[in-house]
Amino acid sequence: MDAERLDGIMRRHDYAPSGVIAMLQDLQREERYLPLEGLRLIAERVGIPASRVYSLATFYRSFSLKPRGRHLVSVCLGTACHVRGGGRIMDKVTRDLGTPQGEMTPDGRFTVEPVRCVGCCGLAPVVTVDETFYGGMTQQKVAGVLRRYE
Amino acid sequence: MARIKVDGVQVEAREGAPLLEVLRGMGIRVPTLCHNEAVSPYGACRLCLVEVASGPRTMLAASCLYPVAEGIEVSTTSERVRRARRMVVELLLARCGDVPRVRQVAEELGVTRSRFPQRHEACLLCGLCVRGCAQIAGVGAIDFTNRGVHMELSSAFGVPSEACVGCATCVYLCPADAVRLDAIRSRPSPHRMDRSGRVRCAVCVPQATP
Repeated sequence: MDAERLDGIMRRHDYAPSGVIAMLQDLQREERYLPLEGLRLIAERVGIPASRVYSLATFYRSFSLKPRGRHLVSVCLGTACHVRGGGRIMDKVTRDLGTPQGEMTPDGRFTVEPVRCVGCCGLAPVVTVDETFYGGMTQQKVAGVLRRYE
Repeated sequence: MARIKVDGVQVEAREGAPLLEVLRGMGIRVPTLCHNEAVSPYGACRLCLVEVASGPRTMLAASCLYPVAEGIEVSTTSERVRRARRMVVELLLARCGDVPRVRQVAEELGVTRSRFPQRHEACLLCGLCVRGCAQIAGVGAIDFTNRGVHMELSSAFGVPSEACVGCATCVYLCPADAVRLDAIRSRPSPHRMDRSGRVRCAVCVPQATP
């Protein structure tokens, strides 16, 4: 993690306590996860307790304290996707990548996470990779989708 | 001043004052576990629930966080309030049924057992230690981590804190005697518990420590 880049992020949000969540979002966007050192620096520079930053970072599901792969595969297990077989899609994805939910593949390509609804239940079951949505997923389509990412 | 009605009695109270304060000022017993005048109210334990009618609607509200407003009608003894408090305390009893303070409050509300599975937790997540550490000690060595059923108290990054000064404010405020200073601090604490369970400080009151 680059301390100067992080300082740039903090400057963008005026080093304000009210901007800490936005800082965490920016940091996560750059590093794909939240390094502990980064959390420490934010607490120090913004002037709030480290325990507060840690509390925020662990409260929101979208933040990760563990390194994430280059691409984030979210398999929706919300009600609609669950009913239409999201669980089977999850099984297929984790089996194909050989890594359990929440873990990064050894080659650093993917992290797989379950998600509770991405807001397009009409497309169930849904998988998102980074910012791209794949609706009407089947086990057969999984390999084809994953192949698009390096 | 605002005119409000409490259990049918017309009273005057300062506009914006926490309702709980007014109720207790009137001598009404309101159970609480997460409340302490020394820190800001938080609304965690939900035991101070009362029924508030404002206009045509009535709702259950945590009185510790409800600001007094002109014309509200408050009921502290309605069936709805009693049922809600009993449910809340039953859930607390399921979470930490071994904590004497929780058992005592439950008993006062006529609840002796919980229909829910026993969790035997030491901490009821009232947040008094968190608020005390931040607002009284001005330190902020502990805070909540995670959320929902996974929520727990932790120092930053889950490791013993460098920030903790060992003032034991958290120990004093905890209604469940769940806070262990040696689990929070990275250095040995200047505070010692004496046999009576009181916290003694070796720094501020050296003569107090044998």
